[in-house]
Amino acid sequence: MTAELHAITTTVNGTRHSRRVESRLLLSDFLRHELGLTGTRVGCEHGVCGACTILYDGEPVRSCLMFAAQAHGHELTTVEGLAPERGRLHPLQEAFRTAHGLQCGYCTPGILLTMKAFLAETPSPSEGEVREALSGNLCRCTGYQHIVNAVLLAAARLRGESSA
Amino acid sequence: MTTRYFGERVQRNEDERLLTGRALFVDDVELPGMLHAAFLRSPHAHARIRAIDVSAALRRDGVVAVYTAADLGDYWRPGPLLVPPPPIAGSVFNERTQVPLAKGKVRHAGEPVALVIADSRYVAEDALPEIVVDYEPLPAVVDLERALVPGAPCVHDDLGTNVAARVRQTKGNYAEAAKRADLVIKRRFLYDRGASMPIETRGVVAQWDGKADKLTVWDTTQAPVVIRDGLAAMLGLSERQVRVIAPFIGGGFGPKIMMFYPEEVLVPWAAIRLDRPVKWIEDRAEHFLATTHERGQIHDAEMALTKDGRILGIRDVFLHDTGAYDPYGLTVPINSQCTLLGVYVVPHYDSTFTAVFTTKPIVTPYRGAGRQHGVFVMERLLDLAARALGFDANEIRRRNFIPPEAFPYDNEIIYQDFAPLEYDSGNYAPILEKALELVGYDRFVRDEQPRLRAEGRHVGIGVVCYVEGTGIGPYEGAKVQVQASGKVSVVTGIGTQGQGHYTAFAQIVADQVGVDVRDVEVVTGDTDQFYWGAGTFASRGAVVAGNAVNDAAKLVRQKILRTAAAHFECAEEDLVIGNGAVAVAGVPSRAVKLGVLAAEANPTRGAVAPGTEPGLEATSYFGPPRGATASGAHAMIVEVDPETFVIAIRKYAVVHDCGTVVNPLLLDGQIHGGVAQGIGNAFYEQLVFDADGQLLNASLADYLLPTALDVPRMDLAHTVTPSPLNPLGIKGAGEAGAIPAGPLFAQALENALDLPAKGIELLEIPLSPNRLWELVKGGGP
Repeated sequence: MTAELHAITTTVNGTRHSRRVESRLLLSDFLRHELGLTGTRVGCEHGVCGACTILYDGEPVRSCLMFAAQAHGHELTTVEGLAPERGRLHPLQEAFRTAHGLQCGYCTPGILLTMKAFLAETPSPSEGEVREALSGNLCRCTGYQHIVNAVLLAAARLRGESSA
Repeated sequence: MTTRYFGERVQRNEDERLLTGRALFVDDVELPGMLHAAFLRSPHAHARIRAIDVSAALRRDGVVAVYTAADLGDYWRPGPLLVPPPPIAGSVFNERTQVPLAKGKVRHAGEPVALVIADSRYVAEDALPEIVVDYEPLPAVVDLERALVPGAPCVHDDLGTNVAARVRQTKGNYAEAAKRADLVIKRRFLYDRGASMPIETRGVVAQWDGKADKLTVWDTTQAPVVIRDGLAAMLGLSERQVRVIAPFIGGGFGPKIMMFYPEEVLVPWAAIRLDRPVKWIEDRAEHFLATTHERGQIHDAEMALTKDGRILGIRDVFLHDTGAYDPYGLTVPINSQCTLLGVYVVPHYDSTFTAVFTTKPIVTPYRGAGRQHGVFVMERLLDLAARALGFDANEIRRRNFIPPEAFPYDNEIIYQDFAPLEYDSGNYAPILEKALELVGYDRFVRDEQPRLRAEGRHVGIGVVCYVEGTGIGPYEGAKVQVQASGKVSVVTGIGTQGQGHYTAFAQIVADQVGVDVRDVEVVTGDTDQFYWGAGTFASRGAVVAGNAVNDAAKLVRQKILRTAAAHFECAEEDLVIGNGAVAVAGVPSRAVKLGVLAAEANPTRGAVAPGTEPGLEATSYFGPPRGATASGAHAMIVEVDPETFVIAIRKYAVVHDCGTVVNPLLLDGQIHGGVAQGIGNAFYEQLVFDADGQLLNASLADYLLPTALDVPRMDLAHTVTPSPLNPLGIKGAGEAGAIPAGPLFAQALENALDLPAKGIELLEIPLSPNRLWELVKGGGP
């Protein structure tokens, strides 16, 4: 049996990639093992934990629940595309460091991307709104408190409240 | 010295790599020509294997090899006993350790039966259903009490019993003490725990370098040195031929230490045999069955008291589910047995446990490691006794605290580290008082609760106390080295899974050698970088490795001063270290950078004087005589919906004493994470097995982990009673948050629902809304 291959072209973090992929190849595996973008973590492969969350045309999606073929013609952002350049961090990444919003760091890329999309829609969230938005991402290390603090801090900084 | 880092809320050095996705986890290892492994696992909890036919799987395109137990030859043997039983007289211990691939019989669903190696993980998994195994199902052994009934099916036929171990430890004479009691409280307690569920599952990548005769293994282990030694022994290699790297690990919490998981010995074996790199990454469904659990105990316990609420003694007889094998010895039930005594004077104690083989996955320590079970029994007994005697629950605790002048306090039994269970230090009453203050106990009981109750709301409060034995031996080591770049390298043998070791150890070193904390580069978990060590478990990283790091850094400081004194031709006393340099006191212009000194200490010509060493480098080891005992109190206010029994935590307070604190920011994170796991355990995390030994909720959609909506904001406070057992005065903190949530929930829920008035007692964990409904509305179990 020869697997059917699909020619796909997708833009990831601003770079276009053209590949031939098997129908069943998961988007998470494509990103990690075909493109070498291993910052996208795989936690459960059934769409519950949120570790593999990426942005798909700006919307957070679980890359373990999508096929690589579905990325054809779409723009993706992974954690590697978050910081503006090496040595500088995105305000969310900065805030996570300041507030100790990560421990093992495995769930962190998925949370960062989920929160990036969330803050774009909700620039001044309450703690309750942050928790609601976070509730689809599992973290087993932090108990979430420092993550919530980090997101609130990032929101304030992104709003230009420099005292934050 | 300019900045002091020890004790400060220093941000983490490791975060940038993790936040940008650059940090290397095991599944990120990609090697040329790499093959992928998948395991065929038993669908039965208990069955005889009559035959295995792999021929169809072998014919599949892309399949390189399929192995069963028969292919392993002499390599097939039961794993080593990772932790032998403590030397307690009269103990029974039946050692039955796990095997690499099942031979003749499977003993739990998920036990590996065959291994497929293929070009890709997809193809390897395609081949699994093509392996035909002829099973003869046998009755499962699920229930602990039924497992011990004569004639019950045996997990290990040759034993003729399902008793894995029986251990009795006593202090004083409980039977005599009970005769003098004014009150004896006796109950049966059920305490179940779940799985650690790190977000990263397990994984192993192995590469055999035939030119160098060297094996490199990337492993999601908490104990790389131990795995290196064990692998070398099993593969007939010398230790120096094996390098084990535990890179960034996505959470561990205990179960990422085993010796060995079958996959850990089979993947390296296959890589050598095939002379190709092999990767195996566990999927989440496998994780539920193939990674160890903790699970349940049944305690029949009684407490004898005087009428003024003083504990005379406790008798406890309990059953412990050890699963299909017992490679981790008795660590979990010994922890239960010892930790039950808690912060209290218990003059007479008589505790016997029986560890029971069942046809379920292996039980090994998970954050708390059996301590939860013991704390639940003790704290619940105290609540029941207080009620019977008409005391306030806090007052009965106050009356029984070990007084501060009684330390070191000998409990006269043996702990998991084989040392006497002697508490090094502690001061418990201030912890309780601070917790009551933090949760607003008096105000709640006096004002809020009556007001809310009048509104028809079901709110309750709980406060419980606990100890945690931490920081046990045998030892850890560290090497500190000033590099010519001016950066300082620290290497140690422990593994790290998010605790912040890269930062905590850097803080210790930065203060000693006078550099910016960001200029200290810590490497953990690479056996080629540091040869010796035991691993990260029992809340011991900061205590044991931290003190080794401190000692090595002090030695390097001495070498820096000696080298600088020669450089300036002055006395060491005239020098000051700081800002990455050494200067002559009072003459800031006469300064030399550490990197320059490091180069001078490693001359390219001339001689290094006899009795001295090149470089600014030192290696030290630290091994405490016994563990340091941390302690704490948790308090909570909960509200229960009287219809759905859904619980909302309104307030959660933790007061904790882990001795000297290296980094309060990291400590807060450890406590938060522990509490979150404690809440999961107390509230709803439970591995549900049916009568056939099948795990019914083996997915994250069915086995629920706490989310950001379930874990409340916590208020933390600390007291500090330094440990006299190590120079830094540290006690471990990794597990504390997770330990007392069970009895806290039970106490607070009884209070919220006014259950004592209804004659209902909560004597089990977890207390999910469903279970609570059954207990309260459904008329009991």
